[in-house]
Amino acid sequence: MSEHGIVIIGGGMAAARACINLRANDYEGSIILVSEENLLPYDRPPLSKASMVDEAAHEPVLLLDDGIVASLKVDVRLGKTVTTINRREKTISLDDGSKILYTKLLIATGAKPRKLNCPGGEFALTLRDHKDTVLLREKFQPGKKIVVIGGGFIGLELASSASKLGCIVSLVEAQPRILMRGVPEPIAKIVHDAHVAAGVTMIIGTGISHLTENAVHLTDGRVIEADTIIAGIGASPETKLASDAGLTIDNGIACNAQMQTSDPDIYAAGDCASFPHEHMGGKRIRLEAWRSAQEQAATAAANMLGGDKNHINVPWFWSDQYDLSLQIAGSAELGPNTITRVPSEGAIVLFHIADDGAIKGVSGIGLGNSIGRDVKIAEMLIAKNAKPSPEILADAAQPLKALLKG
Amino acid sequence: MTQWIDACAKDDVAEEDVIRFDHAGQTFAIYRSPDNKFYATDGLCTHEKIHLADGLVMDNIIECPKHNGRFDYTTGAAKGAPVCVNIKTYPVKLEGARVFINIA
Repeated sequence: MSEHGIVIIGGGMAAARACINLRANDYEGSIILVSEENLLPYDRPPLSKASMVDEAAHEPVLLLDDGIVASLKVDVRLGKTVTTINRREKTISLDDGSKILYTKLLIATGAKPRKLNCPGGEFALTLRDHKDTVLLREKFQPGKKIVVIGGGFIGLELASSASKLGCIVSLVEAQPRILMRGVPEPIAKIVHDAHVAAGVTMIIGTGISHLTENAVHLTDGRVIEADTIIAGIGASPETKLASDAGLTIDNGIACNAQMQTSDPDIYAAGDCASFPHEHMGGKRIRLEAWRSAQEQAATAAANMLGGDKNHINVPWFWSDQYDLSLQIAGSAELGPNTITRVPSEGAIVLFHIADDGAIKGVSGIGLGNSIGRDVKIAEMLIAKNAKPSPEILADAAQPLKALLKG
Repeated sequence: MTQWIDACAKDDVAEEDVIRFDHAGQTFAIYRSPDNKFYATDGLCTHEKIHLADGLVMDNIIECPKHNGRFDYTTGAAKGAPVCVNIKTYPVKLEGARVFINIA
């Protein structure tokens, strides 16, 4: 049996940042990272974007390269699957028959793409890791017919990439509009229009009847020919190991606000974990978001070393499609009153304000980096539970920064 | 060796703010700190080459507008995820109302 120390299951952003944060917190014991993939942890956001369209970005961007692994003294076990967690023994078992003892365990197993459950659903490809990107890139040849099922971020980013590469792209969304979950309608409309302008056929409000190898059959009887079909219909948290081990599961591996699971020696972070969030009114949430994975890993790392840090970071995420960049922080749902700011032509920022005047969320979209600064300031206001002046929020001539000083 | 370049007027940069300055195919960011000192760094974030001048200055920190990477613009030190590579800084001098940076 291997030596004793902190063990991390997973090879994504949360796993990588946990290693970095454990060392940043002066932890000197052993760190063992076990990942199913054969690559060192790499950055996933480019997989649907730059890694598709930019030849210079075809190779994965490693979050922990060999030099970092050596300097952090992380014992990395790649291409190994964890089969069980034995909480009584405080061990994990691997598919190669070995066992590893842990003092504290971090589960950062991420999420897996949902499969289409209609007849022929197996004909749809999905995107989660680098090898999926390599396969899709081969399919995205100019003139090829690509049908993307699902108008969420992954689907839309893949439609954008396929369109940039010269494919004939259709996108099918069963809901009445794209980005129904978490993105306000005016911003979804700008994204929708950008896809239409790029020549993507947007089929909205129509479900899928079934798939064949080369066609998508819609519920209204239409048939869309396809060289390649992709499903981007969301992801479900990888909770099997945790649930087999008897940990509490509630829309992900249920953690407290300190990212600790129902077993005090086991923590979870990233897409697989749910936790109650102060800025969401204490509601249990699960985020599939790059920055949150980093922040949750930092919280978990500090607490595995004896800290008692609550995870209170305001949720934030972004998407890039064509020349547009979208950023959202906090929660639009908690702020039913909307104030609109137009920082520059073609850019809008919506502030989501609760009935008591407190800012709860912000959503922005614009060319390039035109909305990053305003969204950042709004995020800081959300964290402070501020009640900013509606006049200043709405008036692009008045810098938002003044609101931070109040 | 020194190569002082006239980058901007002092008044072009608000206090606790940043502007972009392009010169000879290179792009720079010129900062004015809350205590009214001037600084200069490379213009692009070391993470994904985004113009830092679109970001937010808070005290001595510039935050990239794209993925929230942070640098101390007075020293160039990377200050947290996702950036891990420091950013290059350049000497600054003031002459009258003008800000010069040494790019040699």
